[in-house]
Amino acid sequence: MSCKCKKSEDINVKDLRKSHKKIAEFSFEPKEIYRGYADRTLYINLSSNEVKIKPVPEDMKDKFTGGRGYGIKYLWDATKPDTKWNDPENEIIIAQGPIGGITQYPGAGKSYVATISPLTDIAIDSNVGGYFGPLCKFSGFDALEIQGKAGNDVIVFIDGDNNKVVIEEAPEECVNSHILAELLTKMYADSDADDDLRSVSVVSAGQAAENTRIGMLNFSYYDVRRKQCKLKQAGRGGIGTVFRDKKIKALVVKKSNIKGDLNNPADLDKVIKTGIKLHKEIHDNDDKQCRMRVFGTTQLVDAMNAHDLLPVKNFQYGSHPEGNKLGKEAFINLFEHGLPDGCWYGCTLACAHAVPGFELKTGPYKGEKVLVDGPEYETLAGCGSNCGIFDAEKVVECNFYCDTYGIDTISFGTLCAFVMECYERGILNKEITGGLELNFGNWEAQMEMLHQMARGEGFGMVAGQGVHRMKKLFIEQYGADAKLLQDIGMEAKGLEYSEYVSKESLAQQGGYGTTNKGPQHDENWLIFLDMIRNLMPTFEDKAEALYYFPLFRTWFSIAGLCKLPWNDIEPADNHKQAEPAKVPEHVQNYVDLFTAVTGKPFSKEELLRQSERVYNLQKVLSLKLGKGTRKFDAIPYRSVGPVTVEEYESRQDRYDKQLKEILGINPEGMSTEEKMAALRKYREERYETLLDTVYKRRGWTQNGVPTIEKLEELGIAYPDVVEEVKKHL
Amino acid sequence: MKIVRTKPELCIGCRACEETCSKVLHKDTNNEKSAIIITEKENSTFDINVCNQCGECIPICPVEAIYRAKNGTVMINKDKCVHCYACVGFCPNLSMRYQKDVTGPFKCISCGACTRECPTGAIFMEEVQG
Repeated sequence: MSCKCKKSEDINVKDLRKSHKKIAEFSFEPKEIYRGYADRTLYINLSSNEVKIKPVPEDMKDKFTGGRGYGIKYLWDATKPDTKWNDPENEIIIAQGPIGGITQYPGAGKSYVATISPLTDIAIDSNVGGYFGPLCKFSGFDALEIQGKAGNDVIVFIDGDNNKVVIEEAPEECVNSHILAELLTKMYADSDADDDLRSVSVVSAGQAAENTRIGMLNFSYYDVRRKQCKLKQAGRGGIGTVFRDKKIKALVVKKSNIKGDLNNPADLDKVIKTGIKLHKEIHDNDDKQCRMRVFGTTQLVDAMNAHDLLPVKNFQYGSHPEGNKLGKEAFINLFEHGLPDGCWYGCTLACAHAVPGFELKTGPYKGEKVLVDGPEYETLAGCGSNCGIFDAEKVVECNFYCDTYGIDTISFGTLCAFVMECYERGILNKEITGGLELNFGNWEAQMEMLHQMARGEGFGMVAGQGVHRMKKLFIEQYGADAKLLQDIGMEAKGLEYSEYVSKESLAQQGGYGTTNKGPQHDENWLIFLDMIRNLMPTFEDKAEALYYFPLFRTWFSIAGLCKLPWNDIEPADNHKQAEPAKVPEHVQNYVDLFTAVTGKPFSKEELLRQSERVYNLQKVLSLKLGKGTRKFDAIPYRSVGPVTVEEYESRQDRYDKQLKEILGINPEGMSTEEKMAALRKYREERYETLLDTVYKRRGWTQNGVPTIEKLEELGIAYPDVVEEVKKHL
Repeated sequence: MKIVRTKPELCIGCRACEETCSKVLHKDTNNEKSAIIITEKENSTFDINVCNQCGECIPICPVEAIYRAKNGTVMINKDKCVHCYACVGFCPNLSMRYQKDVTGPFKCISCGACTRECPTGAIFMEEVQG
């Protein structure tokens, strides 16, 4: 490819635009949003260059609500049982929900992206901030559905001001996102005025998305104060890999004159009052609670390290004496403070912080000073502590390159940690890695592996296949111990784990294991409730939590909201409520908002039911694509208990005590191996009992399959859905 | 800059200021649309709430719609405003307003019209260091 990897200010945007070749243009009738919905989807087929508007059927709207619900429904319709991630019929769907795009309530700018994942071969969904979703919606579309594969690199431009869609071949531009987003924002904006630049948003990936299975998408927004584009990431599951496989260089949307009433809500006054209430709460309480406005999610590093939950050296350990070097103290100086860092208008939780003027020390942009979005907790834990790297600036650099190359920092961190452990255990050596000394803590080797992913060469190409495929390769080609790799390879369903040590929380083990898409924490985060506060002592308690929270959290993805303003800020009296973990007042806010926007009667119960329909359809889609049964909810033992003698002995007091008090085994006189075996037997049996209990609570068979009765109860017993389920009953 | 200062102990609750403000800002005599708010307390005394032009709302605005004018007054550019109302929730003095029949947040613009209507001198304009 021709890649002019120059800084955007060095490029003549007008000349570059001339290199584009228009291959399709489509004009559409403008449509205002009514009560949160446009009731239509923009469909684009890149194989045929067909562009059309698909009305959203009333039944689809009623049953699947929006956002991820629409994404999963479109994937259900588009795929066959043998559809793979790189088949033309695979789709990328970007959708908001009905509440998405309101400017008054924090966290309403999210887009939800769905596709068949190159890592898991089933549906992946990923949420992302930035302006693309709202601007696309206000251009008149609840969802953007992209199918097919282009012959050459294309840019899809959705011009919401002039009601047209243009597909252009775009051969010249660099694909790396920190350059491309800036460039295309200037190229497609009406002028260089701030208000025009903030009317454009770009979706892009990067070079490494082309060469790995862990590609992600950057969604941009123009920051009027920094005079630069910022990037938010739809990170999980290789969506960027699918994007580049379809030869999409970028999606661009332009929609000007954004105001707070564009959703045309049924009760704008209620929306505004609910929003102001939360703004005030954040103003009054954030400094006393999570300090998201100051530190964002970086403050989690300190909390996780303190509770033995921070992954260290491929999840072997949960804390490290240097762990806090990656935490909030580092970011007092690194972040630029005092800016309204929301990734959509009105998000006063403002966690989207950035490191300004960061001088890069490696790679093709070495010596340049760049703006780095984040890092978030997951990146610090994954690319930092989990790889034995305890220098915040080194993680910032890794974060920058992952973002601009278009790869997921969570998968990258977890797979890098896996590779490092394999290297230290002698499974890999310098000969295999092409000279990379991938010991824990070797940041230079980590960065070189990352640059190799971008260049499409060397061991980076192996690592970029992800942990699941590396395990197979190392066993088959390098004679690695299959059982050990199964235990220490932190993936399930093909997706790398996100960055929490779940060994001491059975509920979190189940939370990771029973997710539809693979072990990602957005569906469940139960560690504190379970492990620290012991609020769910029985299997039934845990199963209830594993019923409620995944559904509650799924709702954000169908309504069009961010999860963080739910419980990263709380009312001052929340602790006095009957179920403080649910943050009841905020749940009521969501009920109020849904009714205020859509005009439909709504309740806490209906909220769960909306989610449950989408959740179960996604489950059946997994069945259709060859997974979805109980055996795919198996998890690596590293996420359940100590795999190695060193791990056991590092927390010997804890484990010995459990043997004695829970199992009635006297550990004295036993070898560590014997104690590990006894503990393992207990913990693995416990996990299976949890699965039994969770499946029952969810209305599934003991093989993890939704029953026909459950589908009927939810109103989604469509003939093709029932037919698929019947194969597994 | 000149700001509206208050002596609540002189307020008699006539609300002439509210009516005037609503007229100036919105061409309406609806006291709920006033940027200056009189609240009756127990024992027939009154609170007067009006913007002190501190400017803490300025960095809160995501689109730089709020700015300090040359005369020092904090103003809102209605064309730029995206109606997020972050400024209302974050005003330390609770002086940024929302009213359901007014599009967008609004506030005292230090025009002084209210002070000219006050019969007791409970509100008055005063030059302060900006």
